[in-house]
Amino acid sequence: MIDLLVPAIISCMVAFVMVFVMTPPLIKILEKRNFAVKDVNKKENIMVVRPGGPAIIAGIIASELVLYAFLQMNEILAILITTSAAFVIGYVDDRKVMGGWFKPVALAIAAIPIIALGAYDSNLAFPLFGTVQIPALYLVLIIFMIPITGNTINSIDVLNGVASGFMVIASFSLSICLVIVQNYEIAIVSLPLGFVSLAFYKYHKIPSKIFPGDSGALTLGAMYGAIAIVGGVEIIAAVALLPAVINSFLFLSSVKRIVEHRQIKGKPVEHTDDFRLKATDDKKAPVTLVRLILARGPMSEKQVGVTIFKLAIFSGILAIITAFMMGVSI
Amino acid sequence: MKSGLFGFLFAMWALMIIGGGILVTLLGPISISGFGQLDLFITSVIKAVIALVLVVIWILILSKLKNWIFKKELKL
Repeated sequence: MIDLLVPAIISCMVAFVMVFVMTPPLIKILEKRNFAVKDVNKKENIMVVRPGGPAIIAGIIASELVLYAFLQMNEILAILITTSAAFVIGYVDDRKVMGGWFKPVALAIAAIPIIALGAYDSNLAFPLFGTVQIPALYLVLIIFMIPITGNTINSIDVLNGVASGFMVIASFSLSICLVIVQNYEIAIVSLPLGFVSLAFYKYHKIPSKIFPGDSGALTLGAMYGAIAIVGGVEIIAAVALLPAVINSFLFLSSVKRIVEHRQIKGKPVEHTDDFRLKATDDKKAPVTLVRLILARGPMSEKQVGVTIFKLAIFSGILAIITAFMMGVSI
Repeated sequence: MKSGLFGFLFAMWALMIIGGGILVTLLGPISISGFGQLDLFITSVIKAVIALVLVVIWILILSKLKNWIFKKELKL
């Protein structure tokens, strides 16, 4: 455990500093190229640049390479390749609007390196009840897991700072859980995700100076999914991600098909005169987490974000309880 | 609404724990023999079908739970 401290500290510093230092010049470059979109939740005509994905992936690659130099684990390579592939998929979607099926299918392909490098354990561990051996079924689970986590984080990226702030809470919860289940090496490998998200949150928080874009959100989500698989903590990871899962579940169960957000006709949320957020009565609009939060009355963008963070902390606590329950069998 | 969302989160978590228990109890002991090299394949297919059925049941229960918890808010 002690010998892991040095690589852990160095990789976390590299992850944080890389994103913290790289994002301001990236913002300037994107401003020069006019890669900006309107922040629809602001009264004034504010344009925000995107995507922040290049800074995020740079921080992840640099920090994980530092860890690979120390630990030389196949698991790190699997996480790196899958996460980098997710970044490329997101970047393509940032540049060119792709169909609803593009991201799920491409992300499923991005999961293949985890299988090819054998960086998984096909025993699926459940709290209280032990493990179940599902060798063939587990391969299907891997293929499904990366598109689910990637798109889940992408779907929650709707307000200033929410995707990165949510990832800070979820990924640090996951790291704590990995320590609880005594998977120390993967716990160390997972830490850069939290530090990258934390550094990016500095620029993404309200009022945003940059949006992560699909490349940023898919990178964060895919890395989270890859860590869950190689760390053998799939159920715990799903628990920590529950608010975002609820968002995807509500969305899919109301639109009843896989579709891009921009293809949806109805608006789930509108603005009051003082530009607070308000749930609509539009029957065609999908039900989302933000819409449910706003169901009792209008709230500011910041208040909605804080509510989502409270839900993330609650599910993080549930994930930690689940990790403790892994050591108990009935 | 906030308490409803926290309740829904908790219910989802409880369903995951219970679902996991059913999965381990049902799928764990399944092992088919007598088909030679196809044993593992047939076992996997049976396990996959049961798992899929469980997932569908899980989603249906969750949908009902969602409608019950957010009855007022989902009057759309």
